[in-house]
Amino acid sequence: MDVIKIIEKLPYAKPFLFVDNLSHIDSSGAAGSFCFQKDLDFYEGHFKQLPVTPGVILTECCAQIGLVCLGIFLLSETLETKTNDLAVAFSSSQMEFYLPVYPGETVYVSSEKLYFRFNKLKCKVKMHNAARELVCKGELAGMIKYSTHGA
Amino acid sequence: MKEENYYQQLKGIVKPYLPEDVTVDDISPDSHFINELNINSANLVDIVLDVEDAFEITLENDDMDQMQTVNDAMAIIDKKRRSK
Repeated sequence: MDVIKIIEKLPYAKPFLFVDNLSHIDSSGAAGSFCFQKDLDFYEGHFKQLPVTPGVILTECCAQIGLVCLGIFLLSETLETKTNDLAVAFSSSQMEFYLPVYPGETVYVSSEKLYFRFNKLKCKVKMHNAARELVCKGELAGMIKYSTHGA
Repeated sequence: MKEENYYQQLKGIVKPYLPEDVTVDDISPDSHFINELNINSANLVDIVLDVEDAFEITLENDDMDQMQTVNDAMAIIDKKRRSK
């Protein structure tokens, strides 16, 4: 499955889509980027007078690129029926943050699959900034599957 | 005797995945992992992975679907151990 199709299958839309590009994907991991545009809503409140990208949003960006995109790719490799009803659920996150991400910055996420069994995908993820400095890293897991109608 | 061993070993595997309001004493052979022990589907996968390691077996998707209660798990472990 090519990267354009994977991004199309993502169950997110603006203002909660945090994937611009996927630069690489294979059965062991995914890599992609996202630019945090200066006009994103949450900068008005996080923080007052000092816009910084919230850690939860960085975590979400890591999850969308590293976990969900990879999950869609891995599901495409199985014989599972291809409906359009992708069901995802975030199940655990353990992240550490090292550098702030300011409005207008582009971040680069890469993931490394730890396991994908019984629809649970667990990955190590890392996020770097444009200067190739480590922004955050951790382990994320979620459930991902194509549900049959009504289920 | 073997059954009892499986049961005690399984309880030890399940214990760290129990939510705060469920204790290891709440586990009985009939306990339903999701409906009674309040284990979510993501943690149930972790239990299965730990069971695979502990009993040196491999479970398939069908086994996972059938593994609803503690008794179901013991039956699957027993079946897999016998066919090894």
